[in-house]
Amino acid sequence: MLKNKKQIDEVIYKFIGKKGPLIPLLQEIQSLEGYLSKETMRYVADKSGIHLAKIYGVATFYSMFQLKPQGKHIVRICKGTACHVAGANIISDTLCNELGLKEGEESSEDGLFTVMEVACLGCCGLAPAMMIDKDVHGKLTPEKTRLVIHEIRQAEGASHES
Amino acid sequence: MNLEKLREIREVSLQDQQQVLSEGNIKITICMSTSGIAAGAREVKKTLLREIAERDIKQVVVAQTGEKGLQTFEPVIIVEEKDKPRVMYGNVTPEIMTTIIVEHILNGQPVKRFLWTGEDADKIEGQEHPFFEKQVKLVLSNCGEIDPESIDEYIGAGGYQALGKALSSMTPDEVIEEITNAGLRGRGGAGFSTGLKWSFTRKATGDTKYIICNADEGDPGAFMDRSVLEGDPHAVLEGMLIAGYAIGAREGIVYTRAEYPLAIHRLEIAIKQAQKFGLLGENIFESGFSFTIEIRQGAGAFVCGEETALIASIEGERGMPRIRPPFPAQSGLWGKPTNINNVETFANVRHIIIHGAEWYRNMGTPKSPGTKVFALAGKIKNSGLIEVPMGMPLRDVIFTVGGGMKTDKPFKAVQMGGPSGGCIPASLLDTIVDYDSINQTGAIMGSGGMVVMDSSTCMVDVAKFFLNFTQNESCGKCTFCRIGTNRMLEILTRITEGKGKMEDLDILMELSKKIKTTSLCGLGQTAPNPVLTTLKYFREEYIAHIQDKRCPAGVCKALITFKIDAEKCVGCTACARKCPVNCISGEVKKPHVINQDACIKCGSCYDTCKFNAITKS
Repeated sequence: MLKNKKQIDEVIYKFIGKKGPLIPLLQEIQSLEGYLSKETMRYVADKSGIHLAKIYGVATFYSMFQLKPQGKHIVRICKGTACHVAGANIISDTLCNELGLKEGEESSEDGLFTVMEVACLGCCGLAPAMMIDKDVHGKLTPEKTRLVIHEIRQAEGASHES
Repeated sequence: MNLEKLREIREVSLQDQQQVLSEGNIKITICMSTSGIAAGAREVKKTLLREIAERDIKQVVVAQTGEKGLQTFEPVIIVEEKDKPRVMYGNVTPEIMTTIIVEHILNGQPVKRFLWTGEDADKIEGQEHPFFEKQVKLVLSNCGEIDPESIDEYIGAGGYQALGKALSSMTPDEVIEEITNAGLRGRGGAGFSTGLKWSFTRKATGDTKYIICNADEGDPGAFMDRSVLEGDPHAVLEGMLIAGYAIGAREGIVYTRAEYPLAIHRLEIAIKQAQKFGLLGENIFESGFSFTIEIRQGAGAFVCGEETALIASIEGERGMPRIRPPFPAQSGLWGKPTNINNVETFANVRHIIIHGAEWYRNMGTPKSPGTKVFALAGKIKNSGLIEVPMGMPLRDVIFTVGGGMKTDKPFKAVQMGGPSGGCIPASLLDTIVDYDSINQTGAIMGSGGMVVMDSSTCMVDVAKFFLNFTQNESCGKCTFCRIGTNRMLEILTRITEGKGKMEDLDILMELSKKIKTTSLCGLGQTAPNPVLTTLKYFREEYIAHIQDKRCPAGVCKALITFKIDAEKCVGCTACARKCPVNCISGEVKKPHVINQDACIKCGSCYDTCKFNAITKS
């Protein structure tokens, strides 16, 4: 059963009859649900009359659409050219190590973090950089990277206890 | 809106600005671009506003702008007073902000130690600094100067004058002629004549036509379009409006990356303001011309920078390119004639309409008139956003405007054009910035990403980096682009792991040729460029990896090891504490050891050791 059924319906009705609605429609639904599950995509197909194959095709084509549940905090590691030459690989190794992620894994076991690589955050002057949720952290070192994660964990732990 | 009203608004706006800088007043400007905010501009602004309130300072006016260009030195703040040189501070923290308030604002003494130019600052202003002095700001003329969220300031700076002129005293054909004569070439990378492109769409039959602004800036290492949209969104709207008038379109769409929330936010504000002022909507400047602009967000696909893929994406499809012809000028969005230009191209338009083609041609080279905006990054002192006249040698761009290398490691190459471009070596530093000269090196002008590399950058690794990118971003339609890039990536990976063979180099060349000739769109046609240029200029590095199993730059992990020299190690434990994976062990005051199996070769220990006890081989 979908959690946000009512809101999803509203989004679908808003876009029905509009030209080329699929991408903005899926973007809005993803922002409600956090990701696009099979169930959600089926529901959208049934309601909107857009073929499921087309929805799935678009959802898998664009990197912004997520097909798996996401962690509470999204860490975007910049893999732009400037960050690459400034050692972005070391930052991502440090991060995966710190979060206990194995090759191919994206989300930490505690559900706090999902790590993804992005082409460029456009903060090349601050390389190497990463973005956690909406905040950019620049001029990273392995040490600083671990510190940022520690701080978020601590904040989460504190809010958990209280 | 009419010309008379526009003139009135401009005068009021200019008076307001004079007022701000009248006797005894101080204007403090904070650069609130994405990079400024990332570096902490919001906290600095908070401190500034709090200090002003707490100390009850009356004569200060706080203003915000987009990117000033000095990304390395963000957060940047500028202090202005009547008849005094501007003072520009860099790397401002909340604490520094407080010091500036006390020493500069209250006591009238500029704080020399916090000037962005650093200790070698002999001039307060910093505008005479080579970073600014050698630049010619046309597209960026308002970036870092006006508040991007104020249409009044834009009009005060001469905004919408070009639109007024075009609509009231020029025919669409005259507009196109002016742009064609100016020799403006598409700033998105390929460099096609903008005037010619407009004329194709104008001549195409059909009542409904579209203008699309391509703001899907996907090249890693590029942030020009974002900075223009964040710093001067109205300039882009004005360019689109003029283009709409010229080709006979009533609707415009800005297709932008969803990863640019601030740019989208400011663009939305700009569109609302323009609507309110009657600069978008019906009967603009009482000319009978009507135009609307909407924003469409991309969903993260590099290939959507290609025109036909971009159109497919707006139509809600997978963003895959199609065969041309028909070109978008004949059959584009929803099958209608469509003209697509990028952000920087549109931002040039108003200057050409106001000052004329001849004036524009005075800048740059005969075949590439005007200026070019670059995102300067990498191992360079002044990373940031710059605009230089075409024809400037790369050497001047990098060593004068860019301030030269960041460390004492020597220059090795400059990467231009991102994944479609290539690496230009030191021997070709006298190449001038123009489309044709850059093409001759094997790189391309591209949209403006310029990443400087030094001796600590491995060129095979750079080639692998770009192939990894294009292979990921290939839409999969053309076989050679889909599979060929994969094979090339495998070969490059093998070479960086010390498992390459000399024949691999021939296979790379052959695959490159085939991918270039059998791909439908620019992504595939240019994907091999990073490999081809590095093979051409840095072949010896490939050979070192293959024959000597050695990475000369010390980057390729499989080919380097870090070891601790037991004789030099004093057991200070500094390295063990720094190690991100805790793979260094040993007792205090006794030599330490690195567990090679767990080592991720990050080099933290190497950088930390004060006794040169750690060796990299």
